[in-house]
Amino acid sequence: MKKLFPIFLTIFLCLWATFLSAQNRSVSGTVISASDEQPLAGVSVVVKGTFLGTVTDVDGKYSFLAPEGSTLTFSFIGFTSTEVAIGANSLINVSLKEAADVLSEVVVTGYGTQIKRELTGNIARLKGKDIENMPLVSVDQALQGKAAGVFVNAGGGKLGQAVTVRVRGNSSISASSQPLYVIDGVPITTGDLGNYGGGTNTLADINYNDVESIEVLKDAQAGAIYGARAANGVVLITTKRGKSGKTSVSFNYQTGVSEATKRLPFLNAAEYETFYRQAAGYRDRLAKIDPKDPDSYTSGLFGKDGFLDFYSLGTYGTPKQVDVNWQEQIFRKAPTQQADLQLSGGTDKTKYYISGQFLDVTGTIIGNKLQRLSGRMNLDHKATDWLSFGAGMSLARTDNQRLPDDNAFSNPLQSAALTPFTPLVDPNTGLLVGAPPGAVGVPLYYNPLLSIEYGKFTALTYRMLSNVYGQLNLTKNLRFRSELGTDILSQNEEGYFGSQTVRNQTRAARGIGSNYATFVTNFNTSNYLNFSTISGEHSIDATLGMGYQQSNTLRNFIEGFGFASDAYKKLESAATKSDGFSRESNYRFTSYFARANYKFRDRYLLGVSARIDGSSRFGANSRYGQFPSVSAGWVLSEEGFMKKIPAISFLKFRASYGVTGNAEIGDFPQLGLAAGDASYVGSPGQRPSQLANPDLKWETTTQTDFGIDFGFFKNRITGELDYYSKNTTDLLLQVNVPATTGFTRLFKNVGKLTNSGFEVVINTNNLVGEFKWSTSFNWAANRNEVTDIQGQIIEGGVSSMNRVAEGQPIGVFFAPEYAGVNPANGDAMFYKNTKNADGSINRDTVSNKDYNSAERVVIGNPNPKFIGGITNTFSYKGFDLSIFFSGVYGNKANFYGVGQYSSANGIYEDNQTKDQLNAWRPDNRITDIPEARYLRSNGNQPSSRYIFDASYLRLRNLSFGYTLPKEWLNRIHIEKLRIYVSGTNLATFTNYKGWDPEVSTDSFTANFVQGNDFYTPPVPRTILFGFNITL
Amino acid sequence: MKKQFFANAIAASAILFLGSCGSNLDVQPTQSIETGASLKTSKDLEAYLIGCYDGLQGIDGNGDTYAGGFMYVSELLGSDGTELRFAGTFNNLLELDSKTVLKNNGSAENQWVRSYNVINRCNTVLANLDKTTDKLAPAKRDRFEGEASFIRGALYFELTRLYGKQWGDGDNATNPSVPIVTTPTSSVTDADSRPRASVAAVYAQAIADLTKAEAKLPSDNSIFANKWAAAGLLARLYLQQANYSAARDAASRVIESKQFSLTDKFEQAFNSKLTNRGNNPAEYIFAILTSEQDGNNGMNTFFGVTIGDIPGTAGRGDLRVLPAHIALYDAADDRGQFFIKPDANSAAVYTYKFLDRFGNVPVLRLAEMYLIRAEGNARLSTVVGAKPADDISMLLKRANLPAASTVTVNDILKQRRLELAFEGFRLHDIKRLKTKVGDLPWNDPKLVLPIPQREMDVNKQLVQNPGY
Repeated sequence: MKKLFPIFLTIFLCLWATFLSAQNRSVSGTVISASDEQPLAGVSVVVKGTFLGTVTDVDGKYSFLAPEGSTLTFSFIGFTSTEVAIGANSLINVSLKEAADVLSEVVVTGYGTQIKRELTGNIARLKGKDIENMPLVSVDQALQGKAAGVFVNAGGGKLGQAVTVRVRGNSSISASSQPLYVIDGVPITTGDLGNYGGGTNTLADINYNDVESIEVLKDAQAGAIYGARAANGVVLITTKRGKSGKTSVSFNYQTGVSEATKRLPFLNAAEYETFYRQAAGYRDRLAKIDPKDPDSYTSGLFGKDGFLDFYSLGTYGTPKQVDVNWQEQIFRKAPTQQADLQLSGGTDKTKYYISGQFLDVTGTIIGNKLQRLSGRMNLDHKATDWLSFGAGMSLARTDNQRLPDDNAFSNPLQSAALTPFTPLVDPNTGLLVGAPPGAVGVPLYYNPLLSIEYGKFTALTYRMLSNVYGQLNLTKNLRFRSELGTDILSQNEEGYFGSQTVRNQTRAARGIGSNYATFVTNFNTSNYLNFSTISGEHSIDATLGMGYQQSNTLRNFIEGFGFASDAYKKLESAATKSDGFSRESNYRFTSYFARANYKFRDRYLLGVSARIDGSSRFGANSRYGQFPSVSAGWVLSEEGFMKKIPAISFLKFRASYGVTGNAEIGDFPQLGLAAGDASYVGSPGQRPSQLANPDLKWETTTQTDFGIDFGFFKNRITGELDYYSKNTTDLLLQVNVPATTGFTRLFKNVGKLTNSGFEVVINTNNLVGEFKWSTSFNWAANRNEVTDIQGQIIEGGVSSMNRVAEGQPIGVFFAPEYAGVNPANGDAMFYKNTKNADGSINRDTVSNKDYNSAERVVIGNPNPKFIGGITNTFSYKGFDLSIFFSGVYGNKANFYGVGQYSSANGIYEDNQTKDQLNAWRPDNRITDIPEARYLRSNGNQPSSRYIFDASYLRLRNLSFGYTLPKEWLNRIHIEKLRIYVSGTNLATFTNYKGWDPEVSTDSFTANFVQGNDFYTPPVPRTILFGFNITL
Repeated sequence: MKKQFFANAIAASAILFLGSCGSNLDVQPTQSIETGASLKTSKDLEAYLIGCYDGLQGIDGNGDTYAGGFMYVSELLGSDGTELRFAGTFNNLLELDSKTVLKNNGSAENQWVRSYNVINRCNTVLANLDKTTDKLAPAKRDRFEGEASFIRGALYFELTRLYGKQWGDGDNATNPSVPIVTTPTSSVTDADSRPRASVAAVYAQAIADLTKAEAKLPSDNSIFANKWAAAGLLARLYLQQANYSAARDAASRVIESKQFSLTDKFEQAFNSKLTNRGNNPAEYIFAILTSEQDGNNGMNTFFGVTIGDIPGTAGRGDLRVLPAHIALYDAADDRGQFFIKPDANSAAVYTYKFLDRFGNVPVLRLAEMYLIRAEGNARLSTVVGAKPADDISMLLKRANLPAASTVTVNDILKQRRLELAFEGFRLHDIKRLKTKVGDLPWNDPKLVLPIPQREMDVNKQLVQNPGY
């Protein structure tokens, strides 16, 4: 495979030799803006088809030597590129029009750029401006509803937590399905680095107000240049860089308040008593005991020394009886604030961008808080005509006070399950109930407020992203660029839980502390040649290069318990150092890549690309993989016959086909391993830990994409239509094996799945002129099907209800089908759904006690059928208004994590959701909620009863601003001042019965386990006020 | 042009230089090591042997296998709710308690998966006894072989008791038990989908392993399994088969070894960290050790409860002892006092046996050997070692009760019930004594665990137990 490389090099050397000699002439001129006739600084002036060129200075002037007979391209962000043939002129003045359409935008493609109208692949582009100042912690959340075919689920409302992002569906089962994130050319460290609670999000360390643009590479043409790592899509993030001209100083401040979007109604004290009297009454009738008998179930709950007597601390039935709304104790109105300072400017030689941000967000759930302080400096310098170099560096400090994962008694939202009869404060001690020396066994479960009051877990992360580059213009057609980047992440996590939390953590009787250090260094280099030429009607752009990346992760951990008092929190004071480790993991990639784009007569486009990736993660027998792509485009609107139709300003057909891979299969999955962690009270021991598979390799995705790009009415309406089909083979599966082997799973490349779908993007300028109205709309449908997993049973999630099954979308909910309540006796019923001899399905029902005989069937799909977003932007004079809706449709969520306890016929003493009041009673026989039965199952088993529609339409963001007139500001030497209010998640339209439909609990991490609710905190609603001032 | 040539040269050489990075792709794992490198010397093999004990410690608070799982499954499945009340939230335990076990019951899955994981560790040791680069000294070889055989035999015995029918319930030679695996796994093929062996075959495997272990193991072996642990477990096994003479003789071998002695007071036999600084009490023949740094005590997790006044106590407090049980003891019986309320107001009562967060989990106590020998002698009207009344009196006197001059089999069974309460004997005694769990007869299919759903799904050779 490496043989390809010298061949390519030879071709290049030959090509550039051809273009070495030409006659030059001096050209100069001024570039102005067509709208206000002001000079434009920083406009790029390039000889078309070469890298020869310059930029305009502060006065919009330029001057350089250009070859005879060439054409100059004038381009500037936000303006339509203009081409002018030199001809016999030496003075060329240009007036640039502001870009009204996206077709002339420059799109970052990875190791290069391309004009949107010439793309043969599918790349979604977001401008930094579209997402700035959204009250989100991480940049991935900002993609939600903005990029067609990109599904984002925040998972819940905790700060800095992992976010699910799926580009064109989920294309993996056991490996990661998250896209590859590349910031300024460096594939960054992503994934969960936390040791407490749910997964963390390393993108939370990035200040997204530094983002100039985000490109999502979706199809194989776009992705193949990232080879083995592109199957889940690639998100290219480009940070802002300085522009030559006047120094710009911009300050932004916003402040506001957040609150959880919803409360879920639970029973109050009186309702609780009514409900559990029914539940216990059933058991007494069954056992033929008089409820007044001290041995009855009723007395056990409500009698002297009974359940309520104990858990109300003796206040039940007395004047001191309480009615506590536990859920209300853990939600709060949470302040948030953010300040940004951005400086940029420069000369035609040197340009800089410097920024700083302070972000201070308080969680809507008690105990949750995130503060981030970040700075960035980007520098570009043009040393000579042939050499330029630059650097970018950012440093961020993120301090995140974290919450436990959802499936923990200390999860604040689980307090909803506590009985309302339990007082919040123990009257005997004056402390929170459950805190020693009070009764530790009260309330019913551990009181999560104790972990907030007497405990803390903080993750402090320092993150440095840096890159340097040098660029050589070897000839006017050939450029060499070398980039070195590092991503250094240092994280310290410190937890201390005081003696009051002993019930949650038995070893905390005298306090328990832990400290984790995580240090990830990620080094990347890319070196590549860009070649560009025009010869008559032919134009070629080509790239050839190589990349190398190595990543090293070091982790340390120490834990200790037994502190002299809760005032000591550092582990030095722990009487027993109870646990500790140091760990290390490494991976490396070596890659070679090539790409060529050919254009003929501005209308026939052809692209080919290939990448070879080798990785330390792959088995010895399959170390290198090849990832080629081909694509073609036809700009129909350039054809003479189309030019006769004035309404159609642009029309392009494109098609691409290619292969990408997924290498996020963990480190060393291919090796047979022994682990040395099997010691026995001080004697060192080892154990077999993993079976070998030397054939193990990447997952392979072949993707075909057909697209149409169009522009109507002078591009006032532009858009894209795409159909794609992605076939993933060699799935990396943690294949279940018989546990009798001593192993439960083995990594193998088996199985296939497909994703196919449509995407629609429409951007319109509905009204232009003084009152402006534009609309940006995207919609996508994806169909996912697991076509072959060789009969493997892969399941996970709450009660293993998510399943990967052949012929089904990935991760469908799989359990018996609930058949409602038998009106005769209040029994929960389930459909048998067994196969009859004739192949038909037996739709007979069985009652609760024969639950085991009901077949498990597919009862819901957590993957949405459609996703989309629509943004309407209005402006009139100084006023601007933006309304952004996003939604998902057709997906189901599993409420069983909550329902098995809280909508569960009173099987335990958990407080119940209010809908349970409609349970079957002799006087309420027609209902779908089974009879309440204390300490007995009646419909609380996994079933479709707990699978709810989680479609939603959400007013994601609304912002309204006013920019003060320039005449006023000029007097006080201010360039621009805008004040604004914005609201996020202001309204949600959904039928989901839980807290929030945008749910995916952090207690399960497998990527096919989606849509589970486990007392998951809902996303916040935020109202902000802010101002932006530019000098 | 010179300038450009220079630049070209840099570019080309940079690319070519970096092009040689391919060899960097052979990255060695740093945390775990490759299997081949892990097993060379006899020291490596010894580390694998230690790993077998580690496997019995349980991977989490559930404390699977001998760290608690085997015992609390027996107590819950054998409970009719009159003496023990389950007040926890774990569905897997609630299902056991209410005899409505689902095919995917977590406890049923965990005992299976964990046992076979440890069996594979044992098989790794047994298959490599003669393959180390330095030859094992004969005494060491015997010890290694004995310990690995002991653990494997014990696991097969416990597995067949939980997943197969009781010995003698129908035809042992055809009743399905669990698959037998005696070689280590290096790759998985179709041959690894093994069918269930018969109850007779699994008992035979367990007896063979334990008998070999008794022969090979030294009399004293630090915290690890010794000769008497193997004999003691054989005694328990033979009793389960109603082979009273073999049971009696094996128990007698343990007692007569004089390696163990009853603690002076009943309470000293439990909570080894709180009462004995973490050392096994003198009457422990075999126990799973835990420490602050290592291991889990699953009995503590579910039977234990935090007592504010006693530091070191812990537990979920899920399993509460009811008055009907406490009423079984004589007023003067120390064992009847061995219960506790977490605080004065609490209606809930817990056994004192497992309060200790870091207590060792007793697997074999000498008291059980006296009970087995007495029962064997009484049923067979023999006097091997001692008269049944004398053996039982050892336990009575320790419990502050007067010695007995004569005892019947029923007297012995009553003492067995009281002495070994909540230590994992309930279900298995009901089955061998052919009594009932509530309304369910001893051989009801509900008292046998299901073959775990995950195992049924991956191994088509398996046949599910009746009722699931």
